[in-house]
Amino acid sequence: MILAVLQLLAFLALPPLLLGVIGRVKARVAGRVGPPLLQPWRDLRRLAGKGAVFSRTTTWVFRAGPVVGLAAVLAAGLLVPMGAPSSALSFAGDFALLAGLLGLARFVSVTAALDTGSSFEGMGAAREVTFAALAEPALFLGFLSLVRSTGGLDLSHLLGDGLAAAWQSDGPALLLVALSIFVVALAENARLPVDDPSTHLELTMVHEVMVLDHSGPDLALIQYGAALKLYLFGALVVKLALGARFADPAAAFVAFLCGQLLFAAGIGVVESTMARLRLSRVPQLLVGASVLSGFALVLLLR
Amino acid sequence: MTTPMTGWTDLFFLLVLVLDLFVLASSRLRAGIRAVAAQGALLAVLPVVLAGEATETRHVAVLVAGALLVKGVGIPWLLARATRESKISREAAPLLGFVPTLVLGALGIVLAVWFAADLPLPVPGKHPLLVPTSLGTVWCGLLLIMTRRKAVGQVLGFLVLENGVFVLGLLLSDFMPAMVEVGVLLDLFAAVFVMGLVMFDIQRAFSSLDTENLASLRD
Repeated sequence: MILAVLQLLAFLALPPLLLGVIGRVKARVAGRVGPPLLQPWRDLRRLAGKGAVFSRTTTWVFRAGPVVGLAAVLAAGLLVPMGAPSSALSFAGDFALLAGLLGLARFVSVTAALDTGSSFEGMGAAREVTFAALAEPALFLGFLSLVRSTGGLDLSHLLGDGLAAAWQSDGPALLLVALSIFVVALAENARLPVDDPSTHLELTMVHEVMVLDHSGPDLALIQYGAALKLYLFGALVVKLALGARFADPAAAFVAFLCGQLLFAAGIGVVESTMARLRLSRVPQLLVGASVLSGFALVLLLR
Repeated sequence: MTTPMTGWTDLFFLLVLVLDLFVLASSRLRAGIRAVAAQGALLAVLPVVLAGEATETRHVAVLVAGALLVKGVGIPWLLARATRESKISREAAPLLGFVPTLVLGALGIVLAVWFAADLPLPVPGKHPLLVPTSLGTVWCGLLLIMTRRKAVGQVLGFLVLENGVFVLGLLLSDFMPAMVEVGVLLDLFAAVFVMGLVMFDIQRAFSSLDTENLASLRD
């Protein structure tokens, strides 16, 4: 019970720290000291204290975007087990709702971008949707493989108890799924090698360009939502990789948090060592991820 | 997949197949060469992984050493040298794009996994992924040979194809004398050697490694 509350509190408090860890790792690899770990939280506070500017061409769609987006990601957080044995909300087929909520968050951010009437933001929106359409099959094929392997239909079982036996019997297939979901996590969270979160180079931006017109508290909501989404995908990857190795729930929770740290550090290393892929090559990476999960599914169906 | 042990032998076959897909998807020739070298090295270790109590140790040792030397070190070195000398680093425009070939390759592998279960094999009791890996790898090699324009890419395809045949050969390794297998490895080496010479000739005649140019030859 305590853990169930704790995992939700961690979900609300820790995601910006995850961004801090990524920034710190990238800075260290590059030989700099890097910003303090709490910097993302400070940025959010600074943005929240500012006023917002709305263009006269925008409508309520633009204003609804950040709020609905954050709400959708928060709701998605209830479905994923994040350290505790089970998630706050759990029912058969909840992984489809998870994908749906993430899709809703993407939909409102894309419509908000289109609502500004800026062709530049429209370009970013088109890219975002293209990549998402390619990343979703990989995610779903991964979930299907997990369903097939663990025999459950809810995320708490797929990423919890069911995994112990699954890693025993078909470890290699699960490894492929974990790899594929990691690639999806990179793409969905607009990290390198799909999108470079730190650049504002016009021709290559994907996610950053869509939020250019948001300011102040709205931008804070968007950035907080992005951090939550990163934590969410981190939870998927970490839970899948950990399996059900720790019998003691408290130890499992600690292991989960350490896993999240490693996940962030891993992203930092990927971002420091890889260059951004050419835009035309990104679909190839995502199709590759789909192929990996599809392949895992075929192995399990055999 | 009954015991955990076979589960982790699966990993070997999966890696071989994933490397197939990587070679299909990568436009950088040097990365492709490295992947094929890794695949060759993996295959060289495979006989040890698959060896039961009944297999002859000396036979396996000869096979492993030979394959490792030829597939993992020798041929990749030759190819890397060829790309360096001819100063090409990537496959610019394959006949079929990278994503379609990747999807075709994956489809072929899926079909191989699907059908291999029904194939009647002369030796029962072998690893269930052995035949699908072999067929899938042969298919990916064929795709590479068909779609790539640069000579180096086609040689890579030939190597992948040969790797697939090697996996199938493991099925029969209990019966085949070691000399035959060493002979096959030698043939492979000689073939790549000849291909290397041909590549240098193409390079000298057209100052590029594009095999399309060969169509313009007249006697």
